[in-house]
Amino acid sequence: MATYIARRLLQGIVVLLAVSMICFIIFRYMGDPVLAMAGKYATQSEIEEVRHMLGLDQPSYVQYGRFLWNALHGNFGKSYVTRIPALGLILERFPATFELATTAICMSFLVGLTLGVLVALRPHTWYNRLVMAGSLAGISVPTFLTGILLIMVFAVYLGILPPFGRGKTVTIGFWRTGFLTIDGIKHLILPAATLATYQLAVLLRLTRAGMREVLAEEYIKTAWAKGLPPRKVIFKHALRNVLIPVVTMTGLQFGELIAFSIVTETIFQWPGMGNLLLTSIYETDQPVIVTYIMLAAFIIITINMVVDILYAVLNPKIRYD
Amino acid sequence: MKVRSRRLSSFLNDPPAMAGLAIMVIFILAALLAPVICPQNPYNLEELSLDNFLLPPIWIDGGKAPFILGTDDQGRGIFSTIIYGCRTSLIVGFVVVTISSLVGVFLGLLAGYYGRWLDALTMRMADTVFSFSTTLLAILLLGVFKESGLITVIAAICIADWVRYARTMRGSVLEVKQEAYVMAARAGGAGDLRILFQHILPNAIAPILVVVAVDLAVVIMLEATLSFLGVGVPLTEPSLGMMIAIGKNYIYAGMWWMIVFPGAALIMLVVGINLFADWLREELNPKIQRNQ
Repeated sequence: MATYIARRLLQGIVVLLAVSMICFIIFRYMGDPVLAMAGKYATQSEIEEVRHMLGLDQPSYVQYGRFLWNALHGNFGKSYVTRIPALGLILERFPATFELATTAICMSFLVGLTLGVLVALRPHTWYNRLVMAGSLAGISVPTFLTGILLIMVFAVYLGILPPFGRGKTVTIGFWRTGFLTIDGIKHLILPAATLATYQLAVLLRLTRAGMREVLAEEYIKTAWAKGLPPRKVIFKHALRNVLIPVVTMTGLQFGELIAFSIVTETIFQWPGMGNLLLTSIYETDQPVIVTYIMLAAFIIITINMVVDILYAVLNPKIRYD
Repeated sequence: MKVRSRRLSSFLNDPPAMAGLAIMVIFILAALLAPVICPQNPYNLEELSLDNFLLPPIWIDGGKAPFILGTDDQGRGIFSTIIYGCRTSLIVGFVVVTISSLVGVFLGLLAGYYGRWLDALTMRMADTVFSFSTTLLAILLLGVFKESGLITVIAAICIADWVRYARTMRGSVLEVKQEAYVMAARAGGAGDLRILFQHILPNAIAPILVVVAVDLAVVIMLEATLSFLGVGVPLTEPSLGMMIAIGKNYIYAGMWWMIVFPGAALIMLVVGINLFADWLREELNPKIQRNQ
């Protein structure tokens, strides 16, 4: 097991290095950092000065080494637009994204698992058809459209929920939270529901498919024949076995969650990291884009590693050498 | 022959699957015949008139022929723009699915068959791309690319998308590789090429068909999402995603037709493909016995 974990860690580091090299190439060769820093009307000597200051007059392996060294120390350069360190700019928006994403995950797990189990138990009833039709809609309506339709119904026509922003927030230390005010929670409902829909449909389908396969297994028939109460058969014997692949799948799809949070934040003008990324793309603010990519890669790779290792620990059938 | 006739009868006994296929055919025909059925080419500036901007659908006061579903802020007919937008969706969808399935199947085939470093390299790459997810990678690539255009969008999605096929194909090849007939062919002195393309490929390709169907829907939604975000096709090209982005500016003015109609078209197209994909998946999955 120790070798497996060590190998998995090493793999993660190699991938991160590859991502950092791609980021360096983007930063250095796509777009002109000198022009961005010195401005359009800089004189030749000013340009030389900025080039020297950024170290661009040195060979590229030295530059890459410096880029990596700085990145390890959390220094990704300053935003071209706001002249504030890029990492700080992004981290300042982390709480907003985190609160949105966790709320959405909880919503989708709660609803998705419950419906998935219900539907698998009674495959030939009217509500089965209804739920399956709903899940088909869930995977067939793109996130951005879900968001806009929700705004249209609940904010424009019914006028009961706010259409954008984060509402009133409370600051505790460095963390700005929207959980503690009624206004903040009201603002959270629509974006969280939007972000939850896609995952919910996928979770529901995974749970249903898994339950259908497991319920046909001999050991479940044995459990029923023993006269165990349905609660025990369903939750202890069946759902437990279904849950491992479902949770693994969700962990491995974390990139998807980040992607859809970019979409959701843009629609609801949620002041999170994804919203910042798109603004930076429009303004070709390379340092912020590069920092975002590095951060996303770091988060995704870490979560994948944790999921893989947990999976190996939880599932004794799988052995790695 | 027998398998084929059983498939056909299972298909004919499945109304959702037939509806799905019918929807796909209608959309494809409409996209092909766009210049014939549309009253206007919304991307030909000569046919636009600002007198016609922001008209409601024809059955509401103020609506006017030939704009049956109303117009947008440039005087483009919603109906015509939807048809031309579907054209873009389908072009992007089919081109991406073709390119990434060819690349993915080829790499998956080689990785599964030869194993060793080729397998390790391909699968590590695939795992990394997969964990970033197609959507995130496409957004990031388009955020970094300098050029914007249909080809750029197709390229960005392809870079992110081939892994689905490679992973599925590799898994499938690993199973087929163990079959007796492959061993027999090898014992009979068949070369690698012959074994790969005559024995393994035809027997390992079935799961790829399901991936193709599902992926077509995913890619069409992705193109719409990218164009909605403003990193997809440029303003000069029709796109359902962009129509909805424009409509969002008028959401408070009560001009719902600029969002609802293109949205409905997008959903219908994707639902159609998914209905067909669902049937295909259950049909090709030996673990689930149908119609019990």
